[in-house]
Amino acid sequence: MKFLKTLAAGVALAAGLATTAFAADPLKVGFIYVGPVGDLGWSYEHDQGRLAVEEALGDKVETSYVESVPEGADAERVITQMALSGHKLIFTTSFGYMDPTLNVAAKFPDVKFEHATGYKRSDNVSTYSGRFYEGRTVLGHLAGHMTETNTIGYIASFPIPEVVRGINSAYLAAKAVNPDVKFKIIWVFTWFDPGKEADAANALIEQGADVIMQHTDSPAAMTIAEEKGIFAFGQASDMKQFGPNARLSSIIDNWGPYYVARAKAVLDGTWTSQDTWDGIAPGMTKIGEFSDKIPAEVRASAQKIADDIAAGNMHSFTGPINKQDGSAWLAAGETADDGTLLGMNFYVEGIEGDLPQ
Amino acid sequence: MDFSAINPVSLIATLIIASTPILLAAIGELVVEKSGVLNLGVEGMMIVGAITGFAISVETGSPWLGLVAAAAGGAGMALIFGILTQYFLSNQVATGLALTLFGLGLSALIGQSYTGIKPPAFPKLDIPELTAIPYVGKILLNHDFLVYLSIALVLGVWWFLNYSRRGLTLRAVGENHEAAHALGYHVTRIRLGAILFGGACGGLGGAYLSLVRVPQWTEGMTAGAGWIALALVVFASWKPWRLILGAYLFGGVSILQLNLQAVGVNIPVAYLSMAPYIVTILVLVIMSGDRTNAPASLGRIFHASH
Repeated sequence: MKFLKTLAAGVALAAGLATTAFAADPLKVGFIYVGPVGDLGWSYEHDQGRLAVEEALGDKVETSYVESVPEGADAERVITQMALSGHKLIFTTSFGYMDPTLNVAAKFPDVKFEHATGYKRSDNVSTYSGRFYEGRTVLGHLAGHMTETNTIGYIASFPIPEVVRGINSAYLAAKAVNPDVKFKIIWVFTWFDPGKEADAANALIEQGADVIMQHTDSPAAMTIAEEKGIFAFGQASDMKQFGPNARLSSIIDNWGPYYVARAKAVLDGTWTSQDTWDGIAPGMTKIGEFSDKIPAEVRASAQKIADDIAAGNMHSFTGPINKQDGSAWLAAGETADDGTLLGMNFYVEGIEGDLPQ
Repeated sequence: MDFSAINPVSLIATLIIASTPILLAAIGELVVEKSGVLNLGVEGMMIVGAITGFAISVETGSPWLGLVAAAAGGAGMALIFGILTQYFLSNQVATGLALTLFGLGLSALIGQSYTGIKPPAFPKLDIPELTAIPYVGKILLNHDFLVYLSIALVLGVWWFLNYSRRGLTLRAVGENHEAAHALGYHVTRIRLGAILFGGACGGLGGAYLSLVRVPQWTEGMTAGAGWIALALVVFASWKPWRLILGAYLFGGVSILQLNLQAVGVNIPVAYLSMAPYIVTILVLVIMSGDRTNAPASLGRIFHASH
């Protein structure tokens, strides 16, 4: 509805512009979300970023969003509509919007596009993402310590590098503190389906998992963990209210500062196409407060990992690490380069099961 | 890989939980379609039922009042559809789609202050002597009231459509509304009744999701369950008992594939993931070799003057 209104306003505005030349019109910034803004996870945090832009730049900007846009062809239609309605900066906030964003961008060279978590860029398309795997190193560390059954359940969405990277970094960190740890991974092939996410959590608990990690967008698994008396982590958002006892910590995506900076860049005319991949240090990936269910020394060691990563003294992927098939990947002391991480399509040694291709 | 890690008893118990929302919504839609009306707004009625049931449960502390509210919420949505299509003769397909969009938005609006709240627990049937019976006790006799209600509803609908005078009238309206009208039946009134029943069932299905299966409120949490219910009605060729089979098959394969993944079975995940859809469609299509059974007046607009 809000979008329709802004759309109507945009059309009216464009019509007005044609005759009255330009005044200092606000910069129109559009956002495309894959889930509802009320998912209290991924899309919710992007919307918090949008609100941060409004707050920081006031009447110099005008923002609007479209939520629950399916990835694929439909996305192209929605993005086109946004560009047509006068938006000069458009954030497309899911991996599956990659090609649609590029296609639309080619048709609107004077509109700036920002695509989250993708790897294709052009003159008017930037990409940005958080190094969430850094956060998962910290969570994996906690999970490895807290599991008593040595079984960690992992609800994964789609087998894309982003998700695979998270599984690998969490596993390596858990394994480092608990050599007996096992990961049970369920692929649900959706970002958002609370019913299915809850079913997956139940199946994992049934199979002995007592800590659940997730890479899907709703707090359903957290609710189930709370009900069954096991542990879980907030994903994308803190999710504490869904599992006051179950939640150990969380990875919080903090998009606000980036969105504000990019909107400012457009206003100042300094926007250029670039690739941003920020982790714990610049604050794009934040670690939620540690639960006091975690022993103090584990809290301290987890905090140290977070600090070391932020300070650049530690990398989530530091050799020696072998791939799942036993072939060598990183030699002792070697750290993974961003290129490999961005295209990661293999499990590290020790994870059981086949990675869907 | 260790299949013994899958406990068949709890597997069946969870598959029943996963299937019940679809079954409830589908049995309602079946009656609607049998009366000759195609309501594509199932998803919208479910999500409104999910939030009204959730909100009233939280406000009153009573899951029972929540259920009543969910049924009322779903029926309220259906009433909008009924008035538009039956009295203003709007296009059923377009109105149904609009109802879904409206329901998603309305539920998000109502639900704004209900995120992150835990609903009161839904009581389970728990008679110690019965639940203690090995296997049977846990599989059949230890569920919440809605599971039994959903099965009772299917049986009731089956009986109603085949053996009651009113049920036969309803089917007559769905097969040939002009003939039914000529015989003196109130086509519009009968259809409106069916639409309201469908809405109430959809609302209950939604409430099952927000009160039992997940227990929480999240925007858009039905995530397509309404569409699966709609498809099931067609694949079950409008026969109530096939609906049970279809819903449990779909829920069952969904749960089974998640469990198989968790034990690390050696089948590509992509196949496991599509299995619920393929298996359900295959089984139901093969079973309905007896030609199509669609009500002849399905989706056609009726006005006494035509």
